[in-house]
Formats: sequence, C-alpha cells, structure tokens
Amino acid sequence: MTSKVPAAMALACLLAASTAHAQIKIAVIQELSGTGATAGTNFKNGLELAVKEINAAGGILGQKLEAAVDDTQSNPGVAKALALKAVDDGAFAVFGPTFSGSMTVSMAQTRDAKVPNFTGAEAAALTQQGNPYIFRTSLTQMTSMPKVARYIASGLKAKTVAVIFVNNDFGKGGRDAFVKAAAAAELTVAADISTEAGLIDFSAPVLKAKRSNADALFVYTNEEESARCLRELRKQGFTRPIIGETTLTGQRVIELAGAAADGAIAHVGLTAEAPIPAVREFRARFEKAYKAVPDHNGIKGYTSVYLLKVGIETAGKLDRVAVAKALHGLKIRAAKQPGVLMDVAIDDNGDLDRASFIVQVKHGKQEVVEVLPPLVKF
Amino acid sequence: MAVKPHWLVGIVGLAVLLVLPPFLKSYGIYLLSYWLVFVIAAMGLNLTVGYAGQASLGQAAFLGIGAYCVAIVMKAGLSFWLGLPLAAVLCFVIGLGLGFPALRVQTIYLAFATLGFNVAMWLVMRNEEWLTGGTSGINDVGRPSLFGLSLDGNLAYYYFILGVAGLLAALLWGLLRSPWGKAFTALRDNPIRAESLGVNVRAYTLLAFAIGASYAGVAGALFASLVQFVEPTPFSLGASFTMYLMVVVGGSGTFFGPLVGAVVGVLLPEWLRFAQGWYLVAFGVAVVLLMLWLPDGLLGIPHRLKARREPRR
Amino acid sequence: MADLLQLLVSGLATGSIYALAGLGFTLLWQASGTINFAQGEFVMLPAFAILAFSAIGVPLLVAFAVTCVLAVLVLGWGFKRGIADPLLKAGLMPIVVATLGVSIALRNGVRAGYTAEAQPFPSLFGEQLFHIGAVTVSLVDIGTLAAALGLVLATQAFLARTVTGRAMQAVAQNTTSATVLGIDVPRMIFYTFAVNAVLACAAALLVTPTYLAKFDMGESLGTKAFFAAVIGGFNNSRGALLGGVIVGVCENLAAAYVSAAYKDAVALAIFLLVILLKPQGLLGKPVERVV
Repeated sequence: MTSKVPAAMALACLLAASTAHAQIKIAVIQELSGTGATAGTNFKNGLELAVKEINAAGGILGQKLEAAVDDTQSNPGVAKALALKAVDDGAFAVFGPTFSGSMTVSMAQTRDAKVPNFTGAEAAALTQQGNPYIFRTSLTQMTSMPKVARYIASGLKAKTVAVIFVNNDFGKGGRDAFVKAAAAAELTVAADISTEAGLIDFSAPVLKAKRSNADALFVYTNEEESARCLRELRKQGFTRPIIGETTLTGQRVIELAGAAADGAIAHVGLTAEAPIPAVREFRARFEKAYKAVPDHNGIKGYTSVYLLKVGIETAGKLDRVAVAKALHGLKIRAAKQPGVLMDVAIDDNGDLDRASFIVQVKHGKQEVVEVLPPLVKF
Repeated sequence: MAVKPHWLVGIVGLAVLLVLPPFLKSYGIYLLSYWLVFVIAAMGLNLTVGYAGQASLGQAAFLGIGAYCVAIVMKAGLSFWLGLPLAAVLCFVIGLGLGFPALRVQTIYLAFATLGFNVAMWLVMRNEEWLTGGTSGINDVGRPSLFGLSLDGNLAYYYFILGVAGLLAALLWGLLRSPWGKAFTALRDNPIRAESLGVNVRAYTLLAFAIGASYAGVAGALFASLVQFVEPTPFSLGASFTMYLMVVVGGSGTFFGPLVGAVVGVLLPEWLRFAQGWYLVAFGVAVVLLMLWLPDGLLGIPHRLKARREPRR
Repeated sequence: MADLLQLLVSGLATGSIYALAGLGFTLLWQASGTINFAQGEFVMLPAFAILAFSAIGVPLLVAFAVTCVLAVLVLGWGFKRGIADPLLKAGLMPIVVATLGVSIALRNGVRAGYTAEAQPFPSLFGEQLFHIGAVTVSLVDIGTLAAALGLVLATQAFLARTVTGRAMQAVAQNTTSATVLGIDVPRMIFYTFAVNAVLACAAALLVTPTYLAKFDMGESLGTKAFFAAVIGGFNNSRGALLGGVIVGVCENLAAAYVSAAYKDAVALAIFLLVILLKPQGLLGKPVERVV
C-alpha cells in the first residue's frame, strides 16, 4: 500500500525526466557585439519570439525547442569555435551567423557534421558551394538586384545610375551584384563610390554623386550610414531619385534621418510595413515583447524557426539528413503555416523565393508602392 | 637543489596540456589551440614590453602579416613550410624598419608609432583586394603536413602548435639567460644607467622589438591554418589593445606571464559566456581591478605575498 | 572650387569635434601623465545620460547641466580617485591598461544595459540650411564649429588668465616646483579631470546629433581625438584645435580627391610623420628628458 506511492512517484519522475530530456536543441550563433550587433540582436529576438510561440503551442512533434544563444563578437575565428561547440553539444540545427564572413567559416563545420544551418547572411557565394545543409532566410543579392535594376530602368526611366556602397563584404557583394544587374538592364553606372563602414561625414561621396550627373542614385550601406547619407543628400540639395535595398528605408533609418528620408525608394524582401495581415500581427507581438519595431533581421530570425518546424514536420522525424532533404524543393504557403508570414519556396541550393516589395517613404512612413511576385508558382 | 615551486607548476601544466586534449571534444581542442597561438604572440610582446620596457600597441598587425603571409603563399600553391619562416622573417624586418625611426625620440612614441602602424596595416588588409581578398578575406587555408604526417585534424594540429610554442618558449628562455637577455633587463630597469655602462640602448630595444614582432608573425602563420579563414577583423587596433592587456595582466617581465595573460584574454571571455551580454563588461572591470590590486600582474602575487611576510625594514 | 569649399566647411565642423575631445586628452596628459584611452567612452556615456534624462521629459539643456555635474563626479573625481591616483605611481603601463579596461566595460555596459542600436539625439540647433554661393552650410555645422571654438578658447583663457588656471599649468609643467610654491597639487589635478569631464559632455551634446548615440561611437572618436592631440601637440592646448581641424579637413579632401578607402590614412600619415619628425607636435614645445 504505502510502497505503491514511492513507486508511482518514481515512475512519474522517470517519465518527467524522459520527456524533459526530449527537447530539440538549437544553437543560435549571432553577432551580439561588435559591428554586427544590431543585425544579430534583432535576429535573436525574432527567433526567441518564435521559439516561445512554438513551445506554447506544444512544440514540434511533441517536443519543445531549447535555444542556446552565443555571441560571435563579429569575429569569424570565434564563430568557428561556436560552430564546433554547437556540433559537440549535439544541436539539431544551427541558426546564424548573420555576417557573411563568419558564416563562411562556421558553415564548413556544420556541413561536415551534417547539421542544418539557417542564416540571414546575404552574400551570394554561400549557396553556390554545393552545401546541402545551408538554408537562407532572405532573398539574396543575386535575386534582388535584378529586380532593383529593372525598376530603375523601366519604373524610373533612368539611363544612368550612380552607386554609393559600403566597403565591407555586405556592401561589396551588393555592389557587384547590382553592377552586373545594371548591365543586363542596360543601365550605365556613372559613378562607383565606395564609403567606409561607420562613416560620419558623407559630404565627399554625395559630392561625387552629384558631379556624376546620373539620372538616379543607388545607395547600399548599413542602417546608420544610410541615415547620414540621406541627410547629406538633402543638405546638398540632391533632387534625383534615390533607391536602395531593405537597409535604406528601414524603420530605424527613417527615425534617424527624419524628414531627409522622405521620397527614398527601396526594394525590400522583408518589411514590417508589408500590407499583409500575418506580418502586421507579428510586428505587434514583437513590439509588445521587445518595445521596438522589428527590422528585416528580426523577421528573418522569426521565420527561420518556422522553416525548421515545417521541415521537421514534413520529414516526420527528428533526423537531420531527412529534414534537410525535406526542405529542399519545399513550397510553404503562409495560409497553412502562418509562422512563415509569406509564401516561400526553398530551392535545391537553399535559396529562397518569395514575393518582395517596392516601398517609398512618405511622410516618415514606408508605403508599399508595388508588390513583385515570386518567380515560382505556388 | 630543490625544485622551485613555479617550475613544478610549469611541469604539471605541460603534462596537462599534453595529456588532456584527447579527452576533449573539437571545441575544447580548438579553444586550446587558439589560446596557444595567442600565448606565442604574447611571449613576443612580453619581450618588447616586459623585458625591454617598451609599449607596443601594434602586435595584432604583425599577427595579421604572418597570417596573410601564409594564406597568400598557400593560395599560390606553395607550401606552409615556406610561409611560416617567411612570416617570421618578414615581421622581423618590418619590426626593425618600424622601430628604427620611432626609437630616435622619446620612448613613448614607439607606442604611438605602433598604434599608427596597426591602423595602416588594417587599412591595407581591407582595401588591397588583389592581395588580401579585402573584406571577404582568404578562405579555405589549408593545413600543413609534417614529414608525411597530415596535420589536418584538430588534435594533430593542436600538438603541432604546442610543439612550436614549446620551442619558441625555450628559445626565449635561452635568449633571456644569455648576455643579450641581461642587456634587455638592464634596459628595462634603468635605461639611462644602462647607456652609461655602454649598453647600446637603441640597438637592444630595436632587437627586442623585432624579435617580439617575429614571434607574432609565427603566431599569425599558425593562426591562418587554425581558423582556415583570414580576414582583417582579428587584426584591428582593438585586438592589439587586448594583446597588450594580456601581457600586462599576466605579469609583464615574467616568463609565464603571457600564459596567464592569454588565459585572461582568450579563455576568460569564454568562461564568462554564461553572463551573456555582460561578460565583456565583467572582463573590462576585471582588468581594472587587476590593475588596481595587482599592478605587477597576476604573476606578481607570489612576490607580494613574500614581501608581506618579510619583516619591514 | 565650390566643391572644395563645401568639403572644407564640413571638415572644419567635424574637426572641431575632434579638437574638443582631443583637448581633454591633452589636458589630462599634461597635468597628470594620464593617457586616457577611454576618452571616446567619456563622450559616449554623457551622450546616453542626456538621452536618458530627455526620455523622462527633462529639457535638453537642463539634462546637459545635470549630466555635467554627474560627469564631474564620476568621470572626474571618481576616475581620478579610483583609477588615476592609485596607478600613477606604478608607471605608465598600468594606467593605460586600466583605461582600456574602463573603455571595454563602459562600451559593453551601455550595449548590454541600454541598447545595441543607434539612437537619435536631439540637436541644439535647428535643421536650417544656408546657401552661400554654391556651398550649402547647415546651422548645425556653424553652431558646432562656433561652440567648439568657443569652448577651446575659453579653456585656453581660463588656463592662462586665472590664478587657478595658472596653478594648473604650473602643476602640469613641474609638479615638484608647484608643491614647493604651495600649490595644492592634488586639487589642481582634480580640476583638470573635472575640466576634461565637462569638455567631454560638451562634445557629447554637439557631436551626437550627427554621430547618433551608439555604444561604439567612442571607438573611432577616441582614436581621432588621440591623433588630433598628438598632431597638434601633446603639451599645448591650442594644438588640439589645430590637430582636430587638420584631421577633419584632410579626411574629407582625401575622400573626395584621393581615395575613399584610404581616407583615414591621410590623418594617420600626418600623425606618423609628426611623431617621427616633430614628436612634440606641430605646436608643442620639445620635451626634455629628465635624468
């Protein structure tokens, strides 16, 4: 009689222990300090929000997600160490880093260990190395730049374009992709202006852009620099159209640049301003949790976990190789899986195909001017 | 002759470094290798700072030169064994070249010159894409093979680094025991008196600086094959500051100081990771507190304890 | 020609900011031999303090005044008593290391404790633009230049014309003689630290609208201030102004006419040339070695 209670308790403890052990470990390797801190922190926040939601809804295949977060300090050597650590700790999937250089290094480790690796990095080369375990969370520069160039040529009716870009792997990759796309769209690059990361005084680059007399200006720099560039452009009375990518018209940039941001146009793959109810709801939840508007990295972080979820559910089991295989060629409709926010297709290289937007800043807010559909039919 | 306590610690430490790694997983081995690379660079800096009494704020630049040397050489299809000595010699020569004009004047200006040199080198590394790959760097740097034995594996490469570190430490020990070494210590303690005794202060300071630089060059060469990806970030001015911190915190002018300093600079941030965002704050505060209570560095503790026990004169 | 003028004007405004930060650097070095590698963070911290006060509704100038007082307490008295005094006896290295530690702690403390993102900062001056010929100058440019210039000249005047200022100078030149003359040396040194703290706050107020308040804004500012101070002359306060202007203007001209990627190299090259050829700086006096 009395002996049954301890046995029952022991059994209960055993059961609890076994379910407690059955957790899906994910390693989050992000830039939380150094030059990449803003991007990495946003990605992490979005990801943690998704993990909380998924766990509250019962987890994946009945198991909860457990995220271990580590800081790469924006240093590839550290990123490599963290990738090794994640592999040693038996992580089911790795999220990050966001910096392309760090991603290149850590990707080699996850590939060797056959661990699915999601990343917000945008350098084109990452998915061109035949790695079956890498998955993007955003469009690449190779997909977005042709769209931008086409818009400049036909939408803005421009013949020449000046380029201001930031001298790091993000900016250089984008500039290279843009120059190629411009050639294809029959646009002449009138000026090719490189700027420093962290540049404060944009008077020299803006002067060069003005002197080139180009029909339009393409600006591809990080957030704070974009704000300073826009201010200097306004100050020097630049009247031609200014176009960029996601970083040019982000919420942050609009806040920092103030009235100088009005009129700027950008092609964005992900924006919290998208006229899509799922995105709006996500934004509200993010703002509630973190008291800040999510930037595109926050959206990347959030949707990446849901991509993993769909992959695992499609494969039906917690097998890394099977999940990676299941993800390739997958088409996910947002109606079925609201966590991905927009319909998305993953190709065999790990690249994404999704709708994107042309937005323009009007009165301090992003307004979607055009919606560009994905190439793939859903 | 009784074995001195710090020798005992040294022997035990060496035994641990030899025996422990096979029991560690890849992350642990990688971390130890990373630590050893910085121990080598710190030993070199210690020679310049601790023994010759100079303040060099450009050690990361030499680390970078060594790393890019090996990366470029190997990418060109040549052997690591060409890159490694090239790195050491190149850094030695550049060290001489940099130190020679800077030491003509007040010694604090060597610190400034090295600071400027570091910034200049970083700019070159970042801008000269044709040579260094610019911000994208040089990827897939291979690992060498020694007498037919491949050093590709993490464990094998670790033992190689350990061997090189041991060799360089022995070399340094020999140097410090030699007449050159005595001249260095004379320099540090009282340069004016040393000069009046006929020690060619400039020549010896220059030599200490150049040797320190070449140690960093070797460390850089090992670093390139360890991380297998070389780009400018780890060779910035901030990295030089950290290396300087390592030497002073460990105990400049002590032989094992660099070991301890590298623990504080490389391993400590790893161990403090549990504090997530605050670990670098803890690191900075720890450095300040260490300086306040132990300005001779951590290895000054035995001296302090001894001094306290001795009766006051 | 108009381009050149435009670059010059922007360069002057930027340079005056470097001058302000560099001046404090120079003063500390002169008075107490402290090389403060946390100078950039000494500007960053007040910037965030002002921001925090503004966020709870305090008007900008009041926030500035309160921050000045706090800065004198913490970055002046606290820094001196806590770090500079105990370590100066131990030689030059420990204090350099300690200020490096302070800069790491402050930078990451703000990042972890407040935010990693850049924050907009209210500007003292409005957004007006003035068009003089083909050159556009903003009110911010003029205001910053005027304010920085004013502060530097005011500090100069204070040091040269008031009794306290002269006492501070005496301490800077020869501590032993100053003590013999009856000057309260520790107090004079404290005043120097206090002046540095106030100058750093002023720099924060002027700079941050353009720089944007971010935890790492101190890194590049600190380095540039250091270059400005050394180029101008470590032992002459007016030197910091000259050094700052040289750095600011050369950067812009280099970016436009030489190479954007190497624009930092110009100030660097001048810095290195000065060290090698005229180590006391352009306006400094040669330093005698004390045997």
